[in-house]
Amino acid sequence: MSDSERKTEPVSKRRRNFLIGSAMTGVVPVIGWAGQAQATTQAAPVDARAALNVALRVNGRLHQVQVDARMTLLDALREEIGLTGAKKGCDHGQCGACTVLVDGRRELACLTLAVAAQGREVVTIEGLAAPDGTLHPMQEAFVAQDAFQCGYCTPGQILSAISCVHEGHATSPDQVREYMSGNLCRCAAYPNIVAAVLQASQQMGD
Amino acid sequence: MRPFQYLQPATLADVIVAQREAPSAVPATFLAGGTTLIDLMKLGVMQPERVVDLRLAGSDFAQIRFDGATLRLGAFARMAEVADHPVVAASFPVIAQSLSLAASPQLRNMATLGGNVLQRTRCAYFRDPTWAACNKRTPGSGCAAVDGANRQHAVLGTSSQCIATYHGDFAQALMALDASVVLGGPAGTRTIPFAALHRLPGNTPHVETTLHPGEIILDFVIPAGPWASRSLYLKIRDRQSYEYAVASAAVAVAMNGDVVADARIALGGLAAVPWRAHEAEAILRDAVLDEATATRAAEASFAAAVPQSHNAFKIALGRDTLVRALLQAASMEVRHD
Ligand SMILES: Cc1cc2nc3c(=O)[nH]c(=O)nc-3n(C[C@H](O)[C@H](O)[C@H](O)COP(=O)(O)OP(=O)(O)OC[C@H]3O[C@@H](n4cnc5c(N)ncnc54)[C@H](O)[C@@H]3O)c2cc1C
Ligand code: SF4
Ligand code: FES
Ligand code: FES
Repeated sequence: MSDSERKTEPVSKRRRNFLIGSAMTGVVPVIGWAGQAQATTQAAPVDARAALNVALRVNGRLHQVQVDARMTLLDALREEIGLTGAKKGCDHGQCGACTVLVDGRRELACLTLAVAAQGREVVTIEGLAAPDGTLHPMQEAFVAQDAFQCGYCTPGQILSAISCVHEGHATSPDQVREYMSGNLCRCAAYPNIVAAVLQASQQMGD
Repeated sequence: MRPFQYLQPATLADVIVAQREAPSAVPATFLAGGTTLIDLMKLGVMQPERVVDLRLAGSDFAQIRFDGATLRLGAFARMAEVADHPVVAASFPVIAQSLSLAASPQLRNMATLGGNVLQRTRCAYFRDPTWAACNKRTPGSGCAAVDGANRQHAVLGTSSQCIATYHGDFAQALMALDASVVLGGPAGTRTIPFAALHRLPGNTPHVETTLHPGEIILDFVIPAGPWASRSLYLKIRDRQSYEYAVASAAVAVAMNGDVVADARIALGGLAAVPWRAHEAEAILRDAVLDEATATRAAEASFAAAVPQSHNAFKIALGRDTLVRALLQAASMEVRHD
């Protein structure tokens, strides 16, 4: 295991044990259906609740977690890995609070299965600042423009905003409003968020 | 969410071969972007026992290719990639607009074209299993929307068994442009008109498509007819962005001076399935495209509309949406017609 890899103790270990305890043994083939198809049909019943060993690369580190196939990336980040920056607003793809970068693009962790995020590169709000604590220009801009009140939507807003700039969709206030519309803010900090995105887009040089 | 078995085959050949060689009593449900499926699994509306993740296997069918005559869009291309593709935006504006006006940037990064056309209705009774009556979710149980809150429901193509709206935007562009769809499954590949993919609700609203069990959408094939470049998608919503259509129109028009040589029209947010407005097209053909003609065409497309208790406004709104879309198309600057 390299320096950047570490085994993560599940945060919700007790509940996990219960799930494992109630599961029968069964092998769930994850890659290579053709080769495994026979085993899958014969070794019935495969218990769908059996915990899966999943390796998630988050903010450059590899985390080994045991998850139920039903667990979303959002729950794995928050409850298993202990990164609570990504927030759960609606849990149904409607608010953007759970926005993270996956392979460099903004996606919703609440509609992504943790097991399906294997082999992909996830970045959360915790992964933005430099090791010495220097904030990302978008974080700086949110502070400078006072672009939040309660802060609940802010991690999702910031990751979405970084993508918005990288996509080339932060060239005017109208365009920022349209391309940030996937992130709702109950405190209605919208005017300041638009200002922050435009400020950071100049500093980010895209 | 119900427990399920998760599989991630490496190639589509693996998926298809495995289905042919080891047919299982448990049918597989495919996972693409997951933005419909995971949402509905959390709600308990979809309860697959076996989820087959096509992210790796589908990557061979994620390309965007245009040879001057035909646009081929891989079913596993993401909505955002297609919406932002310069050739699509220039030569098939109705496609780019239908995609970029849908959902949110995050959802468009995740969602695939194939999953998009197969999205399920947003009927609130369908999405909430605590409502017993929903023929689409539980065949034979009745329809809670007929006597319920049905402002968002359809006025075209409904039946007494189901009045749900098909909400997708991209499908309307495919309808208007006469697209076909390439399917692959255990019995081989076949190509059908996109218009033959969705089924009217009739007495079986739970059977939404003509896909065979285990069949996968591979490609959308769109001919570059003379109408494709003069095309647009007009979407009317309850809020400015990140919202489904209350009414929308996909129009593609080939002009000969002021006269319509050919017109292709589909209507969204108004019908039970992706909806082609053939009646309106017939009125426009060989006519001068002005407000009077556009209004006659729009009226014809709603002649058979059936309003529900809360959505009669959709007939007038749909008409006005189509008129505006047609007049905008007529005034578009297009290089060659
Ligand atoms: C908050 C919100 C707002 C939205 N707003 C809009 C909107 O304004 N306009 C709009 O058009 N859509 C909207 N959508 C719907 C969204 O576009 C769809 O959920 C998405 O396109 C589905 O694609 P997917 O790849 O995520 O599909 P999945 O969820 O992975 O799959 C959907 C279904 O299709 C099947 N499937 C997927 N791919 C294939 C294939 N290649 N072959 C066979 N079967 C397949 C799956 O088994 C599943 O049953 C919205 C969704 C949300 C959550
Ligand atoms: S309209 Fe269709 S989906 Fe909605 S409750 Fe009635 S049967 Fe179900
Ligand atoms: S929590 Fe994921 S979009 Fe709301
Ligand atoms: S700052 Fe409170 S929700 Fe956005």
